[in-house]
Amino acid sequence: MQQLFMAIVTMAAGVFACAAYFFLTNWLLDRIFPSRGVSSARASRNMRIANQIRPWLFLGPALLLLSVYLIYPVIESVWLSLHDRSGQAFVGLANFNWMIHDGEFRQSIFNNFLWLLVVPALATFFGLVIAALTDRIWWGNIAKTLIFMPMAISFVGASVIWKFIYDYRAEGRDQIGLLNAIVTSLGGAPQAWITLPFWNNFFLMVILIWIQTGFAMVILSAALRGIPEETIEAAVIDGANGWQIFFKIMIPQIWGTIAVVWTTITILVLKVFDIVLAMTNGQWQTQVLANLMFDWMFRGGGDFGRGAAIAVIIMALVVPIMIWNIRNATREMKG
Amino acid sequence: MLATKRSPLVWAVHLSVLLIVILWTLPTAGLLISSLRDKDQLAVSGWWTALSTSSQNLVYRAPGAEAQAQKDGKFVISGNVLDGANAKVSAFGFSSREPAAFPAGQTATLNDGAQLTVREDGSFDLVSDKSFEGDRGQRIFITAGVPPRFTFDNYREVLRAAGIGTSFINSLTVAIPATVIPILIAAFAAYALAWMQFPGRAVLVAVVVGLLVVPLQMSLIPLLRLYNSIGGMLGVPAKTYAGIWLAHTGFGLPLAIYLLRNYMAGLPKEIMESARVDGASDFEIFVKIILPLSFPALASFAIFQFLWTWNDLLVAMVFLGAGDQELVLTGRLVNLLGSRGGNWEILTASAFITIIVPLLVFFALQRYLVRGLLAGSVKGG
Repeated sequence: MQQLFMAIVTMAAGVFACAAYFFLTNWLLDRIFPSRGVSSARASRNMRIANQIRPWLFLGPALLLLSVYLIYPVIESVWLSLHDRSGQAFVGLANFNWMIHDGEFRQSIFNNFLWLLVVPALATFFGLVIAALTDRIWWGNIAKTLIFMPMAISFVGASVIWKFIYDYRAEGRDQIGLLNAIVTSLGGAPQAWITLPFWNNFFLMVILIWIQTGFAMVILSAALRGIPEETIEAAVIDGANGWQIFFKIMIPQIWGTIAVVWTTITILVLKVFDIVLAMTNGQWQTQVLANLMFDWMFRGGGDFGRGAAIAVIIMALVVPIMIWNIRNATREMKG
Repeated sequence: MLATKRSPLVWAVHLSVLLIVILWTLPTAGLLISSLRDKDQLAVSGWWTALSTSSQNLVYRAPGAEAQAQKDGKFVISGNVLDGANAKVSAFGFSSREPAAFPAGQTATLNDGAQLTVREDGSFDLVSDKSFEGDRGQRIFITAGVPPRFTFDNYREVLRAAGIGTSFINSLTVAIPATVIPILIAAFAAYALAWMQFPGRAVLVAVVVGLLVVPLQMSLIPLLRLYNSIGGMLGVPAKTYAGIWLAHTGFGLPLAIYLLRNYMAGLPKEIMESARVDGASDFEIFVKIILPLSFPALASFAIFQFLWTWNDLLVAMVFLGAGDQELVLTGRLVNLLGSRGGNWEILTASAFITIIVPLLVFFALQRYLVRGLLAGSVKGG
C-alpha cells in the first residue's frame, strides 16, 4: 500500500515536472523575446527568433531520451562488442571469432532462421485467411475480437497457457495436457513435447503465431476493406470465380500491407526472448539469439563483450528492414 | 460477398471460422477453468472433464483397536472413509492388489475373519467376533466419485503465499508512470515534427522511423553499465523505479512520436491558421487545440504502451532486479515456472492474475487499439 502511494506521488511529481518544463520554458521564451507591447519591427524580429527556438524546446526532452536510451547504446554496443568481458581491453574481432566456432551460437542462429521462416509466414497467412473469412459473416467482429485477444496476453502468460497444453504425464496415467490427451485418445503414446529436439522449436513457435495472427488479421482486414469495389465488380463481370478474385485481384492490391505485416512480425521474431526463457531457457536445442544474449549478460558475472557481439548480430539482421522503412517514410513525406 | 452466395460455401465459411475461434480461445479457456478447479482434481484429470464427476482412488486407514466398541457380543469399529468430504463411494477393497473388489454396500470378509462393510456415503463398519488388537487399523481402499468442485482457493493461496500480490502492485507501479510520461514528452515532439518549421525536420522524422525497429537487446548492456556507474557515482541504488520508467519511456518514444506525428499531421491546417491569426502562440495552439483533438491517437498509444510495459519481462529483469520484493508479475511467473513447475493450481491462478488486467484493457478499449495499429502500420507502410 505504501509502495502504491509512493508510486502515485512519484508519478504525479514526474508528470508535473514534465508539464512544468514545457510551460516554464515557453513562458521564459515569451519573456525574453516579447512580441506584444514592443515596436512592430522588434516584435516581428522577436517572433522570428522565438519561432526558431521553440521547436527545440518542444523536441528537447524527446531528443535527450532518444539519444540516451537508443542512439548512444547502439554505438556503445558496437564498441563493446570489440572489447573483452569487462569492456576494458580492445580485442578486435575476437568475440565474433568465438561466436562462429561456438556450438550454442550456431544452434541459436539456426533456430532463429527457423523462427524467421515459419512464424511471419504462418501468422500472416492465417491472418489473411481469417480476415477474408470473417468479412463475410455477420458475427465476424465477435470472431475477430476473440482471435485478436491473445495479443493482450504477455509472452510469459502465453507460455504458461501453452505449457499446460503440452503437459506430459507418464504413459498409462490420465493426461492433463490437452495435446497428450488428444494423442492418447487417438491411440498414440504421450510425448514430452518441449524436450523433443528440433520439433520442440515448432511447439514454441506455435505460441508466437497464436499471439501474432490477430495482429496480422486486424491490419489485413482493414486493407481488404480498402480495396476499391470497382476492381472486384469488373472481375465478376469478366466471369472470374471466388478464388481468382481473391488471389488475382485482391491479393495483388494489398501486397504493400502484407509486406508491412510480414516485416513487423519478423522484427518481433528476431527479438523473441520471453517465450524461450519461460518454456525451456534454451535447453533441448531451443536456444535463440536474444536468450543467448541475455544469458551472456549475466553468465559467470557477465560477459559484456560477447553479449554485445550477439546484440550486434541481431541489429545487423534488422538493418535491412530499417532502411526499407526509412525509405518508405521519406517517400511518403515528400509525396 | 461473391461466390459465397451459394449456401454450402456460406456454411463452410461459418464452420471454419467457428473452428478457428475455438482453436484460438481454447488455450485461454483451459487456463481459466483449471485455475478455478480444486487442486486435487486439477492434478489428476484434464480441465475438459471439469464438469463431470471424477473418479479418485483413495486409501483410508481405520482407527486402531482403541476405537472399538462392543455391541451384541461383537467388536465393532465404525467411521467414515470420506471424512465428511462430498463424494460417493462406488467400490472398496482391503488389499492393494484389488482396491475395488467389492461394490459399495456389500460386506467383505477379511483374511482374519472380520467383516467389512462400506456404504455409498462412506460410513463403514468393521465387525469381528474377537477383540481387535494393535494400534494400526485396517487399511481400506476406496474408489470414490468426486463431484466437480470449483473454488477460489487457488487464488487465495497465490495472493497470500506465492507473492503475487506484491508483484501485482510492482507491475502497476512500473506500468502506469511508464505509460503517462512518454505520452507527454512525445506529444510535444510530435507537434514540433508535424507543424513547426525548422531545419532538419525531415532528418529527425527519418531518425524516429529508424529507431522504431532498433532491438532492445542493443540497449541493455550499455544502459546497465550506465546505470551502475551513475548509481556508484551518486551513491544511489542502480535499480530503481525511476530508472525503469525512464527506460520504458525511451524505448516507447519512437512509436509514440511516430503515431502522434502521423495523426497530428492529418489534422486540418485551417484550424491552426485561424488560431494563429487570432494571435495564439504555438504553445497555446498545442495545449488548447491540438491536444484535445489528438485524444484518439493519445489513447491508442497509451493502450499500446500500457500493454507493453505490463507484459514486459526483459526490461524489468535487467533494470529492476530479481529480488523477492522487486519482481513484477511476469518475472514472478517465470520464477514460479521454475520452482513450482508441477503445481498447476499455482501456475494457472498466477497466470490468470497476470493476464486479467491486459485482457480487461483490451476488451474495454479494443477500438482504440485497432485504430492505433492501423495508424502505425498501414499509413507508415
